[in-house]
Amino acid sequence: MESKSRQLPSDSTASTKKQTALLAGRSRMVRLAGIGVVILAVIGAFLYLGGWFSPHKLTPVRFVDEFERVNGRYSGFRRNHAKGVCVRGFFDSNGRGTRLSKAVVFRIGRVPVIGRFSLGGGDPHASDELSAVRGLGLQFSLSDGEQWRTAMINLPAFPFKDPQAFYDNVVASEPDRNTHQPDPAKMAAFLANNPETVRALEIIKSHAPSSGFDNSTFYGLNAFRFVDAQGTWTPVRWTLVPVQPYEAVGATGASQDKNFLFDALIASILQHPLQWHLILTLGQLGDPTNDATVPWPEGREQVDVGSLTLDSVESEETSPARDINFDPLVLPAGISPSDDPLLSARSAIYSQSFTRRAGETKEPSAITPSDVRK
Amino acid sequence: MTTDRQQFTGSMRFLHWLMAATVLTMLGIGVAMVTSLGEYHRLVSIHRPLGILILILVVIRFVNRLFSTLPPFPATMSPRERSAAHWSEILLYALLFVEPLVGWGMLSAARYPIVLFGSLHLFPILPHSVMLYAALRRAHTLLAYLLFLAFIAHFGAILFHTLIVRDRMFSRMAPWRVRAL
Ligand code: HEM
Ligand code: HEM
Repeated sequence: MESKSRQLPSDSTASTKKQTALLAGRSRMVRLAGIGVVILAVIGAFLYLGGWFSPHKLTPVRFVDEFERVNGRYSGFRRNHAKGVCVRGFFDSNGRGTRLSKAVVFRIGRVPVIGRFSLGGGDPHASDELSAVRGLGLQFSLSDGEQWRTAMINLPAFPFKDPQAFYDNVVASEPDRNTHQPDPAKMAAFLANNPETVRALEIIKSHAPSSGFDNSTFYGLNAFRFVDAQGTWTPVRWTLVPVQPYEAVGATGASQDKNFLFDALIASILQHPLQWHLILTLGQLGDPTNDATVPWPEGREQVDVGSLTLDSVESEETSPARDINFDPLVLPAGISPSDDPLLSARSAIYSQSFTRRAGETKEPSAITPSDVRK
Repeated sequence: MTTDRQQFTGSMRFLHWLMAATVLTMLGIGVAMVTSLGEYHRLVSIHRPLGILILILVVIRFVNRLFSTLPPFPATMSPRERSAAHWSEILLYALLFVEPLVGWGMLSAARYPIVLFGSLHLFPILPHSVMLYAALRRAHTLLAYLLFLAFIAHFGAILFHTLIVRDRMFSRMAPWRVRAL
């Protein structure tokens, strides 16, 4: 490695001549101090960029720490939507999306999909509740090697306009040490500070949840930009509308069984493939793209771009979907993020949650491989 | 042309400053993005392609170095300093090569798509294993901090030689041409 030339100098004479230039005394001290200041300034700038001097800034690490503090820490599980079961299937595109987006996934044809149904909350062994938020994460594997990932829920509006509001809500919902219940005063204070959450909760209440996962509508909620081949873009929100007919809760009666929602999903998928239509809603000028608490007005143009079929189900323990981060900003060319502040925050926080669980030993899931084979 | 031999060749100086700028930018982007909610996506979208550019540049630079004649160490450097300088250069090359490879490798092990621009993405270079991802993700942080420390040592040594020893050490790598050294 060491090039010959560097060893060459026969420098005894040169050395004595150059050494005389070496600074001494006062000016040496001044220059040494100057060097020290410059080095410290560079180190300071680096630490500043790394957030070392802003101990109260909301960061992905602090957000996930708070999830763990309030919900507990479960080795190997997602820090939210911890309980889940994995599915596979395909998406049949009808080609109608190509006028809005150049993404390969919207060309006529079939694309394999892997996904995961989940319930909101950080406890992977919680009992199923009809009121719990139902989630569906999907990964579309495009023919050119690109991927499209999305994580949707069954709520028609998101309760929080930005990550700070979500964080404040997690803090406010922490169970009291003595009563083991959230402090109503803290929650009231949170709602008073976040009127948009109150409005979103009213919309959510007016949409009664369906009887199960299979007949739930899943909302993408965040707005995206669909970019066509010419580079023009349209604001879009997407929704998965079930082909399985809506059934109200109670018609079949809620079971007391711990996993009744997941068991019903498994039974129905083993009986016949489940299907949803992927519906794009096109925003118009003035429709908010940066606020997922506000649905767009009724009557916006909707485009059915194809159907999702899910035909097999697996426990997390055997499915690669356990190890997927359904980061909503894993997008193919042709779909770009909007100015919604939730999107970048979700990407950052999911990455932190994923990195933690990736390195932990994986404990058994609530829905085991034998539950799925029944 | 004995004077010319005191300065690194034009291509070496060009690559040095191009990489200095990109690597410092990368270190800054890296530590900033993992503490940011609002800018995370924008920054990580720059971080990936810029990191791969560094990987390409370091290979070009290393090959260029192998085929270039290096100027001799200045007479003001003791044998111990020379060996320290030599090994710190090796360390810097190694870190600049390994760090982006670890970045690429960890995203491969997690089976993230490694998007550079638009639909352009890289193939995975490691098998799918989230445990491997977690280990490499830690290594990526560790190596980045080590790289920053190596840079500080390098920067401090140059400042010391240029301002205190006054042996015009900086001119050897100056972006402009210095005739008489
Ligand atoms: C700032 C707002 C949000 C935060 C902090 C947040 C946090 C999280 C976290 C930490 C996870 C676990 C990630 C993992 O380890 O892979 C997760 C999963 C999930 N989130 Fe969110 N989330 C937010 C907004 C949303 C929104 C708006 C939706 C729906 C449109 C959503 C739907 C889901 C779903 C379905 C999952 C489970 C995905 C899976 O199966 O991996 N989240 N969320
Ligand atoms: C010389 C090149 C590189 C340098 C100096 C560098 C530096 C950094 C730094 C300082 C961090 C933050 C670490 C922490 O505080 O935890 C980071 C994170 C990261 N880097 Fe790099 N990196 C380089 C190359 C790459 C490459 C080539 C890729 C991928 C192709 C990459 C992908 C990432 C990712 C995905 C993260 C973490 C994101 C997260 O955890 O959410 N890096 N990098």
